Amino acid sequence: MRNTWIICRKELDSYFVSPVAYILLTMFGLIFGFFFWNSLGYFVIAGMEMQMRGQSFPMNLNEQVIRPLLANVSVVGLFFIPMMSMRLFAEEKRTGTIELLATSPVRDLEIIIGKWLAAMLLYCCLLLFTALNFAFLFKYGNPDWKPLAVGYLGLLLQAGALLAIGTFISTLTKNQIIAGAVTFGACLLLWVLAWVSGYETATWARALSYMSVFTHFESFGRGVLDTKDAVFYLTVIFLGLFFTARSMESLRWRF
Amino acid sequence: MIKVQELTKRYARTTAVDQISFEVAKGQIVGFLGPNGAGKTTTMRVLTCFLPPSAGTATVAGFDVLEQPLEVKKRIGYLPETPPIYPEMETVDYLMFVGKLKGLSGAELQKRVNYVTERCAVADVKKKLLGKLSKGYRQRVGLAQAIVHNPDVLILDEPTAGLDPKQINETRELIKGLAGDHTIILSTHILPEVEQTCEQVIIINKGRLVATDSVRNLQARARGAESVLIEVGGRNGSLEAAKVQQRLEQVSGVGRVQRKRQVDSRAIFEVESQKGNLVRGDLARAVVESGWDLNELRPAAMSLEEVFLQLTGSESPAATDHAAGKGAQ
Repeated sequence: MRNTWIICRKELDSYFVSPVAYILLTMFGLIFGFFFWNSLGYFVIAGMEMQMRGQSFPMNLNEQVIRPLLANVSVVGLFFIPMMSMRLFAEEKRTGTIELLATSPVRDLEIIIGKWLAAMLLYCCLLLFTALNFAFLFKYGNPDWKPLAVGYLGLLLQAGALLAIGTFISTLTKNQIIAGAVTFGACLLLWVLAWVSGYETATWARALSYMSVFTHFESFGRGVLDTKDAVFYLTVIFLGLFFTARSMESLRWRF
Repeated sequence: MIKVQELTKRYARTTAVDQISFEVAKGQIVGFLGPNGAGKTTTMRVLTCFLPPSAGTATVAGFDVLEQPLEVKKRIGYLPETPPIYPEMETVDYLMFVGKLKGLSGAELQKRVNYVTERCAVADVKKKLLGKLSKGYRQRVGLAQAIVHNPDVLILDEPTAGLDPKQINETRELIKGLAGDHTIILSTHILPEVEQTCEQVIIINKGRLVATDSVRNLQARARGAESVLIEVGGRNGSLEAAKVQQRLEQVSGVGRVQRKRQVDSRAIFEVESQKGNLVRGDLARAVVESGWDLNELRPAAMSLEEVFLQLTGSESPAATDHAAGKGAQ
């Protein structure tokens, strides 16, 4: 536990002493800010139109602003997550510092979880930006906080799953760019897998679409905590870290 | 302290290390010598639990590298060939990180980090980024990192590679100073380095153990026996070299006498004793009692390089490196 935290602190430090974290945070802040501004703009226009026509459809911040925005964050994560996970092991392999970690009295699993946790914490920093924006909704409107909390939980689980995959891929190469590109490809594939279900209903198609990381986010986005989806994400996290451990072990046999 | 038995390490196609066995006693400083690609680094990586052995066993302080790697790792400090540093970290932060990783904490951690920064002379770059340090400083930070947790065993892979002459000397002195507290294995392909720093040598070539002995014994062993150079002079301006040779051959315990050179009334012979005989005293007496002058009598010590070439039966592994090493002294 202590060792995991030592590794995690070191990873966080290297995110934040290099420009990596700041660039990711700034870009994400800009992108999400733009989404937020847009989505709020539509909401306000829609509200005004309603009034002019004299109709009174219920306007709902949760449904019309928060839910699409959370879905946006989930997609934008696709681009940011590879950038967070790509260096985790690839860089250690390139500089040879992996030898230091592997010959220290630390378990492989502690190293892996420490690194994954650091990437998770960086992702949490991204989410803080969204929370900052959402705070305005709570100041000037009265959305329900519960669906939002469930949405955040979903985002965290989804990021955890993708980061676990990215961590695994990072152990396979010495080259950060390759790790990043492959992770991005994998994330993208996992996203579009769901499209199969649009024209095909055979079992294999349903299985494929079940494997899509993004279909499982829908319920969370609606504010529904579905155990089935949570279990899916937890399984991917577990498998990703498990394969990372296997890969680290095989690294020793191949080095 | 370290015990290696029949250690073998195979990669997909090649056998890097082939049934090596050796032992290192506590507090010793051992040179691990061999040409490039002989299997030095592989053996060290097995000892540090970085690579698992394919066959055979290796134990450090009584713990097997496969069975109890964590116990072994706690007792080992390791400096790989390139110091394992994070370029974006400051020296002192890095040493703190490694210290914590090795299980130190609190006041003890602070104390050890202060100690090793002084000991390895990196105190003046405490607050510098490791990526901006010169090669010599990086190597010293690497050493500091290896000893931060005061390990029983230090494993140093080519600690002087790529340093300039002054730095090589400093590093060697530093390593010598560390002996006693630690059992040290250091690998090198620079022969004078072993002669200067190590008590014991392990020579490997193409993955096989060629010799393991003390530096002195190894030099003697390659000869088979004591070997002396003796210069004899005639008293009245002339010397019958054949007569001298005959006389020397009669001395008991002498194996072979070879005339090396003769200039006027002086002749130099190389005398090899039979195994286990010390003949220097008898030789001197024989020369003087026969009425000749004994101008010089000295052991014809073989340099480790000759031993090495003889044992590995190959060209000098790194003639240029060797020259560089020599120039450094």
